[in-house]
Amino acid sequence: MRTLNHMRLEFDARPENESFARIAAAAFAVPFNPTMDVLSDIRTAVSEAVTNAIVHAYRERGGVITLSAALLENGVLRLEISDQGCGIPDIPQAMQPFFTTQPEKERSGMGFSVMQSFMDDVQVESEVGKGTTVRMEKRVFEAEVKN
Amino acid sequence: MLSHVRKKDVLLVRLTGELDQCSASGIRRDLDQMLLDPRVRHLVIDLKDMPFMDSSGLGVILGRYRMMQERGGTVSLMHLSPQVKRVYDLSGMARIIPVVEEKEAAE
Repeated sequence: MRTLNHMRLEFDARPENESFARIAAAAFAVPFNPTMDVLSDIRTAVSEAVTNAIVHAYRERGGVITLSAALLENGVLRLEISDQGCGIPDIPQAMQPFFTTQPEKERSGMGFSVMQSFMDDVQVESEVGKGTTVRMEKRVFEAEVKN
Repeated sequence: MLSHVRKKDVLLVRLTGELDQCSASGIRRDLDQMLLDPRVRHLVIDLKDMPFMDSSGLGVILGRYRMMQERGGTVSLMHLSPQVKRVYDLSGMARIIPVVEEKEAAE
């Protein structure tokens, strides 16, 4: 599948960058005329993935997060959020609604559920001690059907 | 960022801006400060000026619900944007923390 456009950002795992990351991801999609709902979905899902990296992967001690985005010619936006944090020992468990390792901090445990609900596809790859990559896809426009 | 008004035992708080993990701690602290007032039995959170919330916001709301529950009180929300409503509906929290109309909140 041909890539129409691509970008890659690297930023510190700081809470103030949650807003930056979700706005950047949505702004990347804007030239392809997505609906407001699609932009809102992208912002929400990116916010969740970046928050996970900050509070779980790096345990609020800082690190580097990479956000890359590619717009494919079939109209799909592919997003990747990566960290080099502690990793997730049990991915299916982490993706269960309401599962959290930090209930005392009032975490809702809904991060992955929101990502899955707001995006068309969510895949998580993780290795304990090495880091996590969240890959998400969202259709942002309907590609023309070629006869 | 928030403003508030108390009428008898009802505290109406209007949140502004975006509610994510970054802003959650400040909002939590400010709400808890207001809830120190023992006269408050019912907390109504107005989200009219808060168009964006992620799951960090759910944690803040649920935490305040537990506090109010301990004193026999309630929490309700109003004026959810479409984005906030989607996140909120997904959580299923509306069963315990209802979304109310302005008229209901005033009663």
